[in-house]
Amino acid sequence: MTDLTSLTIAEAREGLASKSFTARELTDAHLAAIEAARVLNAYVLETPDRAREMARVADEKIAKGEGGPLAGIPLGIKDLFATRDIRTTACSKILGNFIPPYESTVTSQLWRDGAVLLGKLNNDEFAMGSSNETSCFGPVTNPWRREGSNTTLVPGGSSGGSASAVAALLCMGATATDTGGSIRQPAAFTATVGIKPTYGRCSRWGIVAFASSLDQAGPIARTTRDAAILMRSMAGHDPKDTTSVDIAVPDYEAAIGKSVKGMKIGIPKEYRLDGMPAEIEKLWSEGAQWLKAAGAELVEVSLPHTKYALPAYYIVAPAEASSNLARYDGVRYGLRDPGKSIIEMYENTRADGFGDEVRRRVLIGTYVLSAGYYDAYYLRAQKVRTLIKKDFEDCFAKGVNAILTPATPSAAFGIGEKGGADPVEMYLNDIFTVTVNMAGLPGIAVPAGKDTQGLPLGLQLIGRPFDEDTLFSLGEVIEQAAGRFTAPKWW
Amino acid sequence: MSVDATTVRRIAHLARIAVSDAEVPHLQGELNAMLAFVEQLSEVNIDGVEPMTSVTPMEMKKRADVVNDGEIAEIIVRNAPDTVNDFFLVPKVVE
Repeated sequence: MTDLTSLTIAEAREGLASKSFTARELTDAHLAAIEAARVLNAYVLETPDRAREMARVADEKIAKGEGGPLAGIPLGIKDLFATRDIRTTACSKILGNFIPPYESTVTSQLWRDGAVLLGKLNNDEFAMGSSNETSCFGPVTNPWRREGSNTTLVPGGSSGGSASAVAALLCMGATATDTGGSIRQPAAFTATVGIKPTYGRCSRWGIVAFASSLDQAGPIARTTRDAAILMRSMAGHDPKDTTSVDIAVPDYEAAIGKSVKGMKIGIPKEYRLDGMPAEIEKLWSEGAQWLKAAGAELVEVSLPHTKYALPAYYIVAPAEASSNLARYDGVRYGLRDPGKSIIEMYENTRADGFGDEVRRRVLIGTYVLSAGYYDAYYLRAQKVRTLIKKDFEDCFAKGVNAILTPATPSAAFGIGEKGGADPVEMYLNDIFTVTVNMAGLPGIAVPAGKDTQGLPLGLQLIGRPFDEDTLFSLGEVIEQAAGRFTAPKWW
Repeated sequence: MSVDATTVRRIAHLARIAVSDAEVPHLQGELNAMLAFVEQLSEVNIDGVEPMTSVTPMEMKKRADVVNDGEIAEIIVRNAPDTVNDFFLVPKVVE
């Protein structure tokens, strides 16, 4: 029998339906793979007992013909999603041993549809980071290495555990979240597919909040089809999140293989950066040619405020974070460090509980919202954000169906290589992805090739609001042309 | 704009994060690096531009103002670092 962990979700679904193997066998294969891959540090909590119990239930339902769309499919869950009775920490010391008495809406929908929880996945602390190095559980290792090198590389972030686990066959798919690129950048670094849906598509209820006007949940999977399968279960209106949109969730999988003939694909000239590596440039034009060969029409477009997206993001996101993270006060849950007064208790708890990156963002956010600076920073950034969104609206108004860009400015880098002296160096990783969050649009990262050192590179497609279907159709074209990439197993 | 050491201490206090004197110069450098980076926004013409308040144009749904949950004090305090009889315990606030 082929190794069950190497199947796609679509293949596993078929195998389960035809009784080629059981959900229990599929889950056990993954639990064994996880145990053998602890060196990657992708999981911060393994839940084998829960997984086997859920697999048993799935097998029963499948036998009775009552299996849901994800019956028996083993998944990993980013540790930002609250899971009932299972420790949820956002990979921050300040949440300590928090055991949620409730389940996030997105994960509850996955369990409703029969999926199996393998465990909780590592991420940057409170999803703040682009390399998964800020986690209180330590960095995640990318299963990919440069050819002929043993250097440990980052999987990207903040959903580094999700990307690494999917790429290393430690789950069939994973949940992730994206505030500035945290699904798409790690997907690009690990040759996986990651989609950030339109803001409002997935409920944020029960997901640890970072920057509420930017945060969205989405899947990371090994194929475009698998990402579409997961998206259908994750998306949908939730009365518990007032920003979740009440419109029907389409069958995203039906978009896979659909013709893209006649679609207009925008190529934004502002994404052609000075000093961009030639291989990224080459990949980008190759991707455009693949879409053209499939019948799409390429048009050059302009998004003039692109360069201001990242600086505006580094005002808006920390401002919202400083407000959201005010709840960690050592009173209701998580860590408490003693102090002589209540203020001293707050200050000691938060100094001890927050890591360097989180502290930095809370401080800058507090500053830009403080009296006398609000207009100069926060208000100005929100106005720039309106302009960024308008750039996209103008472009879509001209009939453009989707926009093609590189996903990241480089391939994966080494642990400790970036951001040591200047935090902005790390922030530049999100230069191509952050505009999408600022405008609330959907964006998908699809593996498209390798760099000269053998590391995966991805392309990003940006869509119209709530038009994820088009991204899946176009993503599939790229996947068919580029092929799939699997990291050679060394662990 | 840039921040001085006094401002760093003031922000840290506003954010309720204890910062030791030894950490101030380092934090000051990092915050100033971020402020220098966002400085380029000042070159954008924002005359007459409305600030974004909602990225997806939609009307917020409302629900009836009724009690639909409750009597779960034990569950709510379960994760607290210090409690007594379903109350959160904090250091003395009023002298």
